[in-house]
This record gives sequence, C-alpha cells and structure tokens, in this order.
Amino acid sequence: MASGTSIRAGRPSDHLSRERKLELYYWMRLTRQLEERLVNLYRQTKVVGGLFRSLGQEADAVGSCFALEQRDVMSPLIRNLGAMLVKGATPVEVLKQYMAKADSPTRGRELNIHFGDIGAPGVTRGFIGQISPLGDMVPVMTGVTMSFKMRGEDRVGLVYVGDGATSTGAFHEGINFAAVQRCPLVVVVENNGYAYSTPTHKQTAARHFVDKAIGYGVQGLQADGNDVLAVYDVTKQAVDYARAGHGVTLVELITYRRKGHAEHDNQSYVPAGEIERWAAENDPLDRYLGVMRRDLLATAEEIAAIDARVLREIDEATDIADASGTPQALDALSGVYADPPRERPLWFRAEATDDSYGTERPDGWGTFAADGGAR
Amino acid sequence: MAEITYLEAIRQGLFEEMARDDNVFCMGQDIGAFGGAFKVTEGLMARFGEQRVIDSPISEIALVGAAAGAAHMGLRPVVEMQFIDFIANAYDMLTNYVATARYRASLPCPMVVRGPSGGYVRGGPFHSQNPEAGFLHTPGLKIVYPATASDAKGLLKSAIRDEDCVLFFEHKYLYRRVKDVMPAGDHTVPLGLARVAREGSDISIVTYASTVWKALEAAEQMQTEDGISVEVIDLRSLAPMDEAAIYRTVKKTNRLLVVHEDTRTGGIAGEITARVSETCFEWLDAPVLRVTAADIPLPYAPALEDYVLPQTTDIVRALRRLAAY
Repeated sequence: MASGTSIRAGRPSDHLSRERKLELYYWMRLTRQLEERLVNLYRQTKVVGGLFRSLGQEADAVGSCFALEQRDVMSPLIRNLGAMLVKGATPVEVLKQYMAKADSPTRGRELNIHFGDIGAPGVTRGFIGQISPLGDMVPVMTGVTMSFKMRGEDRVGLVYVGDGATSTGAFHEGINFAAVQRCPLVVVVENNGYAYSTPTHKQTAARHFVDKAIGYGVQGLQADGNDVLAVYDVTKQAVDYARAGHGVTLVELITYRRKGHAEHDNQSYVPAGEIERWAAENDPLDRYLGVMRRDLLATAEEIAAIDARVLREIDEATDIADASGTPQALDALSGVYADPPRERPLWFRAEATDDSYGTERPDGWGTFAADGGAR
Repeated sequence: MAEITYLEAIRQGLFEEMARDDNVFCMGQDIGAFGGAFKVTEGLMARFGEQRVIDSPISEIALVGAAAGAAHMGLRPVVEMQFIDFIANAYDMLTNYVATARYRASLPCPMVVRGPSGGYVRGGPFHSQNPEAGFLHTPGLKIVYPATASDAKGLLKSAIRDEDCVLFFEHKYLYRRVKDVMPAGDHTVPLGLARVAREGSDISIVTYASTVWKALEAAEQMQTEDGISVEVIDLRSLAPMDEAAIYRTVKKTNRLLVVHEDTRTGGIAGEITARVSETCFEWLDAPVLRVTAADIPLPYAPALEDYVLPQTTDIVRALRRLAAY
C-alpha cells in the first residue's frame, strides 16, 4: 500500500505560497459557516427539503479539490460542499438551491448541492452535479475523462465517493473501465466511518479501502482526511499522475462524520463519546489553525479578518437568496428534452390551455346530439 | 443500387455518421476487432481506430455512465448492448441518471444505446427480450424500433444526431431477413413519425418492429380471404409517439387492433389503447383489441416460443373478431 505520508522528495504543499495556504482556511471556514447558516434557515423552514452537513470533513473536501486546475472537472458527493466552493460554486447558488428558488442553478428542479457547471475549459467552473444513487458518478466521470483522453486535452477528472458507495456495482464498473482505458481520473474514497447508520466494517471486509486499488491495477494512496495539507499532498500527487498519462488513482481519505446522515438523523447508532472525541481532538479547522499559527505565523487579526469576510459574504448571499422568488408551476413542464422543449400541460389542471383532448364527435354519434338535445 | 439487409443498413448508418462527425464514437463488448456478436460493427475499428471503436469490459453500467459523461463533454457516443436483454443492468444509469440529466441539471446527453432485440429466434429467456415498455415509462428517453432496413438506417442517423438519449432497438430476426434499396444521399428518418405500411379502410393495426411484417401478412390474408381492407401503421418511434397518425387511422376505419411482440400487461398496447379511448372514443365501432405475447418469460423450445409470441394467425383471428363486432 502506497501512502501519501511517505512522500520523501518534498511535499507538494511545500510549493504553496503562504497566501494560498491561508486560502485553504478561508474555504474550510466558508464551508462550515455556510452549513451553519443553512441550519438556521432549515429551522426557519426556509430550507425546503433535507439538510446534509459535512461537519468535521471540511479538510478532505477542500484540500483535495484545491489540487485541481480550473480546466479540470470534479464530481462531488453530498459532503463535498467545500470542494464545490473551491471549484467556484457560490454561497448564493447553494442557498438558492436549498431554498428551491426559481433562479437557483437547477431552477428548482434539484435539491441541495446537486448542481453543476460544465462545458468548455476556461469558460465554466468544471463540476458536475451528483445524483442520489451512489457510485453512479464514477462511470460518468470515466466518460468525462475518456473525452479528455480522446481529444488530447490536458485535463483531469476527480470523483468523490463515500465508504458506502464502494459497495456498488457502478463504483466497481466505473473504476475498472477507467483503469483499463487509463483515463486521467482520481477516485477519492472518503471514509468517514458511516454510510447512513452502517459502520464501515459492515460495508467491506477489506482492511483499508485503498487496498481495493491493487485489484483494479491502479495507484492507491491514503491520507489523514482531517489534515488539509496531507489531503492536498496526496491528491496533488494523484492529479499529477493522471495528468502525466499514468491513469487512475484511488485515494482513501480517513475522516469522521460528526453529524448524522442528514439533519433529521439523531445518530443513536454511534457509540457514546465517539463524536465528542473527534470534535475535541481531531477537528480539521482547529488542527489547521494550529498549523497556521505555528508554521505560517498567522496572527489573530489575520484569522479574525478571514472569519469576518466569510460571515459578511454569507450574510450578503443569504439576503440575495432570500429575496429570490419561487418557480412558476408551469415551468415544471420545460426542459425534459431539447426537442420538444416543453411537455403538454395536464388537461385536468386549471392552468391548462391545451385542448388536445377534444370533444369532437362524429355526426350521428350516440344517444344525444353534441348540443345535448335528443336525436 | 442494390438492396441491403437491415443489419447492413445499420452498419452503413454507423459508418456514415462516424465519417461525418468526429465526435461520434462506439463502445461495447467485442465490437472492435471481432466486429460484434452479430457483426454490426464489422470493419468499424479498421476504419476509425481503437480510440473511436472501444472494446469494453462486460460492464453495462459503466458503458452507459461513461457514454453520458462523454456526451456531457460534447461527444456523441453510440453504445452497443451485446443483447438488449442486458440493458436491464444499466436500468439505473439510464432512468435515474441519463433520463433526468437535462431536466435536473441542464446536462445534455446526446447518446445512442443500441442492440439486438426480440424473439422468434429460439434465443431463450435472455436473448429474446423486448424491454422497450419499461423505458417508455421514463420521461427523458427517446425510443425507436424500426421494422425496415431503410428505416433502420434513417432512424439510426437521426438518433445519433439527436440532442437527447435515444434507445435504438434492432430486431435480430429482421437483421438478415428484410432488405431495402437505400435512398440516395444523406438518408435520415425523423424521430416521432409513424409510417403507413399498408393503406386500408376497414380495420387498423398499429404496431412496430417484427410484428409489422406479421400484420402485413395478416392484412394480405384478410384481403384475399375475407375481402376486408386492413390498414397497417408502423410506429417506428415509440417516444415520441406519433399520436396523430394513430388517431388518423382510427377515425378512418373505426376499428383498432394493437399488436406488439412484447408481453401484454403494462405493455405499450395498453398505453395506446388508453390514448385512443380518451381521444377517439366516439369514433370507435368496436373495443380496441390487443394481440401481444403472453405474460410469460420467453421459453426456448420452438413449440413453446411459438405459442407465447404473436403469430400471423393470431392477428387474423383478432381482425375477424373486430370485423364481426
């Protein structure tokens, strides 16, 4: 098993400027603060559906996506808000999504962070919205990176899955196909201990998820997912490997999910003290604040300034999102196909103007004439 | 110009579209050097290379998922299911991912999933299926199922050029049994347009794929033996479905028989019957009848398969009942 912590020839993060390293803290703080704002909005019932937190996992999302270039394409999972923000998703978009606004990125069609923006390199931000069936984004990203290879583009793909998704057929087929095709793809397995209520030992008999790399014939790397620089180092190594044409890497990031599957989940299945221990001893922001003070000589004022900027940005975003309108009901009918662009309205709805269900009757039909009179 | 088979017409369509557009590429099992289980892709790899004719692992989920990803990036993948029965393995990817992509995320999925379908070939339960009804139920997918060689080519070319995912069902019984002279030039057939396979005035049959030919045989027999004129409509596209063509023929003959090779319950004939009932109730002189396969997994032995699948004699019997109603 290769390990990200065993890199001898200098760490990739050694090449990050002090400014870039402080940026890592900004993204992690923004992620956490934005989710806390969402909790408030959820309690005010302004979040229409469920709320998914990544508390305690901010480092693995932010540090890994930080290793990508703008032209690269990433596909997040439900606990990768941090990765999406790094890739260019804005707090306004996230808030509008959760609040099901008409001008949300998916115009009210999809929920929470299920949205994306892809297209020409340099024009768009390069992330693809996930769907709920787990593992499905691995084959999709195999195809995305296959297109990079076919067109000779200098681009890399990164897809996130959780420990649970490694049990799906889609994960297996996707990573295997990408491996055979030597696609420039990084598959990040975030091992946060639980898939909903199921602990990892009921998910796999493998000792480590990274061990699965051997079976697929791909590079396997593992890192402490709560150490943002270690996450960056290991992912950057995988991204460079892909960009150099060597193919797929399976990266296992070991972290811990401190909140339930979603906001409604009371985590009754978690052993007593476990969450508190991770919060006290292994919080990714606390750990990185220590690094910033010790290695970057970050001052209290510098840190407070970042925190204030984050709060200001979220306040502004909340005001904008809150002021946005909700979708018009009939907009539900558009966009299933390119052609036709719009589906027929339901004739039994008051809004319907369509008369395709006609009452045209042939002459001489039935007991009564069309005007209701007896024949 | 010489006649070519339904299979050769599909092969020609693939060649022409790959030559016309560099973004078109094929993926599937054994489709490259081997040319595919039925040789539909024979010669494709020699002409276009391994980058555009990709031999894949036995992974239907990955094939459909990768096609979607490549399609998002502007390519136009054509995926072969070695037998269409195996499309069930990719049901999640097609219905949850591909079919919803444009609607939920404005993600285009211009891709084709094609493969040999249908029975009458002693293929047994897993090499004979007609799974189109399951996908007709899913908004976001388009479905075509040609009966003639000319339509096979023209519809495939249109499917490849369409901006959404098209499931392209090919009938393996017809592969080498039906032939056409291909229209000259860039021959395309628009999706969503039915074809009048035979004009008639007394009873209508609405059908598609292999049973178009059985309907035509039955129509001929009715004309000769009973003096009854039967109109046969070949739907060609199931989604979008040419409702206007169905209503037109019903209003013309006032009697409708719907025929398909797929099983009966929850089948497409039921959907057509419902639409005709809602829209053409006053025009009907008899109940809409269905001739379909029995609700049974398709058995292997000739005596069993022939019993389960619709035959020309079944259609004649149903037509006589409608004529006598």
